[in-house]
Amino acid sequence: MTHLHLAAALDGAGWHPAAWREPGARPADLFAPAYWTGLAAEAERAALDLVTFEDALALQSSDVLAPDHRTDQVRGRLDAVLLASRVAPATSRIGLVPTVNTTHTEPFHVGIGIATLDHVSGGRAGWRPRISASAADAAHFGRRDVVALTPEDLTSPAARSFVRELFDEAADAVEVARRLWDSWEDDAEIRDVATGRFLDRDKLHYIDFEGAHFSVRGPSITPRPPQGQPLVAALAHSAVPYEFAARAADVVFVTPHSRDEAAAIVAEVRAAEERVGRDGAPLTVLADLVVLLDDAPGAAADRLARLDAVDPLASDAGTVAGTAAEVADVLLDWRGAGLAGYRLRPAVLPHDLEGVTRALVPELRRRGAFRDGYAETSLRARFGLPRPADRYATTSGSSR
Amino acid sequence: MPKQIHLAAHFPGVNNTTVWSDPRSGSQIDFASFVHLARTAERAKFDFFFLAEGLRLRELKGRIHDLDVAGRPESLTVLAALAAVTTRLGLAATVNSTFNEPYEVARRLATLDHLSEGRAAWNVVTSYDAFTGENFRRGGFLDEADRYTRAAEFLHTARELWDSWSAADLVADPAEGRFVREDAGAFRHEGQHFAIQGRFTTPRGPQGHPVIIQAGDSDEGREFAARDADVIFSRHSTLEDGRAFYKDVKSRLAKYGRRPADLKIMPAVTYVLGDSERDAAERAAEIRRAQVSPQNALAFLEAVWGRDLSGYDPDGPLPDVEPDLAGGVSKGRAQFRGDRSETVRRWRELAEDRGLSIRELAIEATSRQTFVGTARTVADRIDEFVQTDAADGFVFVPHLTPGGLDDLAEHVVPLLQEKGVFRADYTGPTLRDHLGLGPARTPEETA
Ligand SMILES: Cc1cc2nc3c(=O)[nH]c(=O)nc-3n(C[C@H](O)[C@H](O)[C@H](O)COP(=O)(O)O)c2cc1C
Repeated sequence: MTHLHLAAALDGAGWHPAAWREPGARPADLFAPAYWTGLAAEAERAALDLVTFEDALALQSSDVLAPDHRTDQVRGRLDAVLLASRVAPATSRIGLVPTVNTTHTEPFHVGIGIATLDHVSGGRAGWRPRISASAADAAHFGRRDVVALTPEDLTSPAARSFVRELFDEAADAVEVARRLWDSWEDDAEIRDVATGRFLDRDKLHYIDFEGAHFSVRGPSITPRPPQGQPLVAALAHSAVPYEFAARAADVVFVTPHSRDEAAAIVAEVRAAEERVGRDGAPLTVLADLVVLLDDAPGAAADRLARLDAVDPLASDAGTVAGTAAEVADVLLDWRGAGLAGYRLRPAVLPHDLEGVTRALVPELRRRGAFRDGYAETSLRARFGLPRPADRYATTSGSSR
Repeated sequence: MPKQIHLAAHFPGVNNTTVWSDPRSGSQIDFASFVHLARTAERAKFDFFFLAEGLRLRELKGRIHDLDVAGRPESLTVLAALAAVTTRLGLAATVNSTFNEPYEVARRLATLDHLSEGRAAWNVVTSYDAFTGENFRRGGFLDEADRYTRAAEFLHTARELWDSWSAADLVADPAEGRFVREDAGAFRHEGQHFAIQGRFTTPRGPQGHPVIIQAGDSDEGREFAARDADVIFSRHSTLEDGRAFYKDVKSRLAKYGRRPADLKIMPAVTYVLGDSERDAAERAAEIRRAQVSPQNALAFLEAVWGRDLSGYDPDGPLPDVEPDLAGGVSKGRAQFRGDRSETVRRWRELAEDRGLSIRELAIEATSRQTFVGTARTVADRIDEFVQTDAADGFVFVPHLTPGGLDDLAEHVVPLLQEKGVFRADYTGPTLRDHLGLGPARTPEETA
């Protein structure tokens, strides 16, 4: 049996809105580095593929399109790329995948930031590009006019074309990052004393990207990252983002609520790959699941009910609550729908992360469904992706 | 108590100070190099570690400049990682105010302040050129005249964002059922360059506001520093020049209600140690030759002559052709901005007088080492500069990556400590503490 891919999604006090009130939670530490290095180290001890760090250029809200004014849930975040970078020296093998907004950021800065994360982590970097359609977020930048939308508006033709445009822009941002990463060939640095040259300028390349929203000349100011191309992951819930993932990403996180739904979504993802003419390796499809794990039968479900009574969970992803054996049953059943693995969202941190690392992972190992430790060092290699050749390497002397 | 000295370590990397041809010269991009220099600086109780920024590779004659070290990381990302391997050292990033937006820069700096537990600093620079702009959404949108109005408004906006969360806004009390106070992070700014409003994502960092560094030299730059900065990073590194600059800048503080100690002046300097004065001077000359290779000497002249000089012998006399004043050949941060025909005239005179070749002239005309001598004389000179108000401290730019400050840390810093002019250990956890700055303004004060 091939092994599952398992990622842990880290955010705040966990994915349940009442998580921060739990006895083991550390709500006052959410902005302290030790909290995050502790969680990532816990995930690494169980040899999980990667951890993700959520982010947005806005305060969290129960409504993705507008701010709320709630004071009874976790609010406030750190920049996810910097957080991942802070975690890098405190870990050695686990992949680090921050979320990065593509609507309001500069593609050049994003490209060199992820390249730097890859240098700092020795080839363990990825990122999850994310759009923002919210007028409130746009007002934080004041650079583009965005009409305020409600969830009902989202089905209107105007809103749909607006969202499609944001995804097109996100694809452009990924393309810019990918070209920048290749803009220094691996052997561009020559240190040739005889000719006085530090660089071979023929191995540096202008990327000359021209898109609807920006153009970027290049080359990068950062040498090619250790992985060549750091991993790109996308979270997707419908056709347009599936196409975005198929165009731009290596891994896609999806949100089925049942095995049948998982099968349907995988089929949609494959169809999207077809539509956009994806070449190269197919997307690795991981399902997002909110998890609650306890040793005693029924305890996790009771806990979920108790948490929901305080502040009900409303999630895009499905939820599984049970013992390690019960959760393992679900994971192994759904994988038959074509999933390569899961991104698990612990409902309560650190409790449910420890449930994953200390109970679920050993259970999956007993069933031969998860690796005993890390073999490969780069994050790409963990997903079976080779270190790619540089796209500019064959075009000799293209520098002006 | 004598005036206390402040010290910072500039990661060498990308500039023509760095000697890459030396066999000891390590990687400018491997994280291990950053760790090495940061740990050296922290062992020596330096105030902070400093990273410069250049957002486009330099070009000469329309082609990428290939003679100097190039290739650097994104500053804040690498500093966040360094926060993991140091505990007291300040971490300073150069971040441009033209090709960025306040909301994002403010949150990244607040994040670094959290992740380093109060050690973040921001060197606010104003490069605005259209050449660099080609890498960014808005291109070369900013007029030179607006570079400091944008920088000042950018910084003020960032301060408003840092103040949008008070220390009390983060409640995180399950008993009360309240995580944040209502309107935590609420802000609104209306100005010439920025009209933004909403909620800021990141709670106030341990320092409140990170330390602000300024590195421009024009009158506007000095005024900006006098009003808004905690540290000036300058190029005025000789005794006379340093004193004049010091006096000028410190005299600008009073009109902003600030005291002289509120703004630290820290010139960029280099150093060479030897067993004797003579030994040090010989080493210094050797380093200068390594810094100015024959190819570099020609490139240096080309930037002023504005034309291709590749036909000239670097070991021969200065070019006899006249400079092409219309022809700009260099682009990016090394661009020559002075009066070119006057410079050519001066150099010819100098070369004539002293019989200098192209390379010798380039060595003579580019900056020399600031402190050359034995550990003892270098420590004495450093102290003299500070006690006589030519500086409050220095940003040391080593010529080797990553070991270039090892001998300073080992041999010179202990002498400064013995003199009682440099800390024997850190006395507080934050960079503001190291610099003796006192707390940042609080939201309550500005309300
Ligand atoms: C010592 C020193 C270091 C500087 N370092 C940088 C840098 O790393 N990146 C950058 O873009 N500009 C840098 N600058 C440029 C200035 O910040 C400023 O933008 C430029 O000098 C124009 O302003 P001015 O006209 O006031 O000098 C530096 C300037 C000085 C004096």
